[in-house]
Amino acid sequence: MITLGDYLLVSGILFSIGFAGVMLRRNLIIILMSLELMLNAANLSLVAFSRFCLDPSGLPNYNAQVFVFFIITVAAAEVAVGLAILVALFRARQTTDVRDISSLKF
Amino acid sequence: MSPFLFWVFALLTLIFGAAVVVNRNPVASALSLVVSFLGLAALFMSLDAFFVGIIQVLVYAGAVMVLFLFIIMLLNLQTEERRRINWLAAAGGVGVALILLVQICFVIGHFQAAGQTFPPLARSTTDDVWNIGALLFRNYNLPFQIVGVLVLVATVGVVLLSKRERR
Amino acid sequence: MNSILPWIILLAPLLSAAVTTLFTLRWKTLSCSISIVAVLVSFACSCLIFAQHTTVAAEFTWIGISGVFQVPFGLTLDPLSRTMVVLVSGIGAIIHIYSLGYMRDDDGKSRYFAALSLFMFAMLGIVLANNFVMLFMFWELVGFTSYVLIGHWFYRDAAADAAKKAFITTRIGDFGFMVGILMVWIATGSVVFAEIAPRMSTLASHSTFVTVVALLVFCGAVGKSAQFPLHVWLPDAMEGPTPISALIHAATMVAAGVYMLVRIAFVIQSSQTALLVIAWIGTITAVMAALIATQQNDIKRILAYSTLSQLGYMVMAVGLASNDAAMFHLFTHAFFKALLFLAAGSVIVMLHHEQDIWKMGGLSRRLPITFVTFAVGALALIGCPPFSGFFSKDAILALAYERNTPIFAVALFTAFLTAFYVIRMLVIVFFGAPHSDIARESRESPPVMTVPLTVLALLAALGGFSFFARNFLTLPVEKEVPSLVPVLAILALIVGSGLAIALYRNRAHDPIDVEVLRHKFYFDEFYSWVIYWTQELLARVSGFFDRWIIDAGAVGGSSRGTWGIGALLRLVQVGNLQAYVFLFGLGVVAIIYFAVFR
Repeated sequence: MITLGDYLLVSGILFSIGFAGVMLRRNLIIILMSLELMLNAANLSLVAFSRFCLDPSGLPNYNAQVFVFFIITVAAAEVAVGLAILVALFRARQTTDVRDISSLKF
Repeated sequence: MSPFLFWVFALLTLIFGAAVVVNRNPVASALSLVVSFLGLAALFMSLDAFFVGIIQVLVYAGAVMVLFLFIIMLLNLQTEERRRINWLAAAGGVGVALILLVQICFVIGHFQAAGQTFPPLARSTTDDVWNIGALLFRNYNLPFQIVGVLVLVATVGVVLLSKRERR
Repeated sequence: MNSILPWIILLAPLLSAAVTTLFTLRWKTLSCSISIVAVLVSFACSCLIFAQHTTVAAEFTWIGISGVFQVPFGLTLDPLSRTMVVLVSGIGAIIHIYSLGYMRDDDGKSRYFAALSLFMFAMLGIVLANNFVMLFMFWELVGFTSYVLIGHWFYRDAAADAAKKAFITTRIGDFGFMVGILMVWIATGSVVFAEIAPRMSTLASHSTFVTVVALLVFCGAVGKSAQFPLHVWLPDAMEGPTPISALIHAATMVAAGVYMLVRIAFVIQSSQTALLVIAWIGTITAVMAALIATQQNDIKRILAYSTLSQLGYMVMAVGLASNDAAMFHLFTHAFFKALLFLAAGSVIVMLHHEQDIWKMGGLSRRLPITFVTFAVGALALIGCPPFSGFFSKDAILALAYERNTPIFAVALFTAFLTAFYVIRMLVIVFFGAPHSDIARESRESPPVMTVPLTVLALLAALGGFSFFARNFLTLPVEKEVPSLVPVLAILALIVGSGLAIALYRNRAHDPIDVEVLRHKFYFDEFYSWVIYWTQELLARVSGFFDRWIIDAGAVGGSSRGTWGIGALLRLVQVGNLQAYVFLFGLGVVAIIYFAVFR
């Protein structure tokens, strides 16, 4: 049978993959996508706990799921703004390479 | 949900998640991410979180990834060429990620509740959407409203940011 | 007058050396005269002191750390030192006069005489010292002046190398000597001979300590008196002028070792083991040198090896616990060896510095006085009665027969060999037909050289008789010496001489050829090999250490380490987004580690 630990493990692995992606890829779009992966890993973890901790009436603890709802919403907004910034950057520098945006040095 | 299905969807999520990071073609990355989200949605379903699962598909796979693909097409991003890998940086990055993974596994391993299967759910007269909605509008009304404002601000911001500079 | 006279003996040569070196180097005749006058003054004062038996020398303290370390500067004037002073200054005076003739045409005459005066000062200092520190100082000074004099013709590589070799080899012995002196001082609290002697009995219980001390102090004699294994410098020292070979390496400096052993008999005779070791080293040196001498072809080398052999006899006597026998032989040896060297020098100079005996021959007719004096010396050396050598060598043989039969056997064999090589030399050089033009045209030496020869010949002839020697030394008491010993000695002598005459009469080159002996038992080669390997090894190890550990490791390491840390720290600020993320991740990992795992 599937245990809570399995879901948490999947969540952890997904998070690590996303984090590696943020550190290793040069393309900004890919970085943003990896960021999304990380957020989703957190979501999975929350939902697993929600299902695991039942309230006295035997129903899942929906607080976590509300939290996930908010995360999805905010993530969407963040992606929108992020991509807008990316577009503006692309228009200015003609590049999406993260190494070319290094003016902020000190 | 049978363990077999769980593992199928879990592996789907993970493998395509890795594909996102590894692929050099941004479109391929985006599409891998879509599949990954779908796998995640299935996992949510397996946890009896139907509302969240649907939202995942609708919002993430449906809206966010579409936006990503639009931007990729707009910027006409090409496949990246092979370039010389900086082995030191790669080693450092992979190393940190691995250590993080190890630490997470360790914590999970020592979490005594991790070995337990999920307790059976009671039947409810109201469905999932109703329950979440009730909680949302009753207990978390203020955060809900604020998130609404946030989305509005985001919209305005996006419009502003992507305006072409008119002379 | 009483207390100043001994100091004059010591300081007159020093003054002469100082004046000559500082002021009169340019005027050769003046330098020679000053030097000769100084040594004659010393000799005169020595005779005066010898005549009055009650002189006491003034003493003053040099280093005085009370209770810890007292070093006086004083002179000891017992019968032994009085005799030695007369001997040293007398022979020194003879050789000074001889040198006038020998070094007549040399450019470096002034510095030769200056060094010679300094040597006289140092040697007299050794003889007169009353404490270990003073003895050691003069010991070292004698070594130094020997270096200067051997390397008198320093522009010749062989001479320069020989001087270095002499100094370094004796230095090795001196190191042991110094350690021995320190140990004696630690054990008895004093360095003055008169104070140590009574205290030695308290140490008698610690036999190992006393043995070690005795052997260490003996090291000094091994070096200075060229005993095995530090004998290698003496033959090479023949590169110096012949008067120097006579004075330093026959009569005085090499005898200093034996004198020192006699002087500190109270240390050596406390340990039977040490005495045995000393006796055997003396014996080994004697027989080894005699064997090598049978195959040498340079007249001075033969005499050098014979000196080594006779020194071996003296050391053997010391080891057999008879200081009187050792001193007697030292006394007679000084005369006949100096005589032999000076006569050889006369031959060499008259043959225009030719030293190979196979280029000589038939010189008995051409250099008659030299021949007669040389013959006297040779007969004394081989122990032919009634010359002085017979008495002293006989005393030692009797001693050996009485106390240690194996040593007696070896000593007898050595006496046979001595007769053999000496008569060999005599026959080849003075008899037969001349082997080269130079030999054919040689003439007798001038009187300035033949007179000293004659004087020494008389001393060598008469010196052994008790009516003469009694005034100078306590003669070894001959208890019932079985008449076997002198008979055996004379037999060895006759057999050796007969063999030599039979083999070498009327020959143009050597019929016997023993390579091991010709190469001096390969000692020099062995030592070079040892030094090469130890030095080479040490140099390589040091080089490796310096290049890899100090240069690459410490210096290179610290520079590269600093560079590396700097490069690492630079990451924080380079504006590379992903570096920031990396550091961020690192921080998270660290926080988790500290929060969860500690």
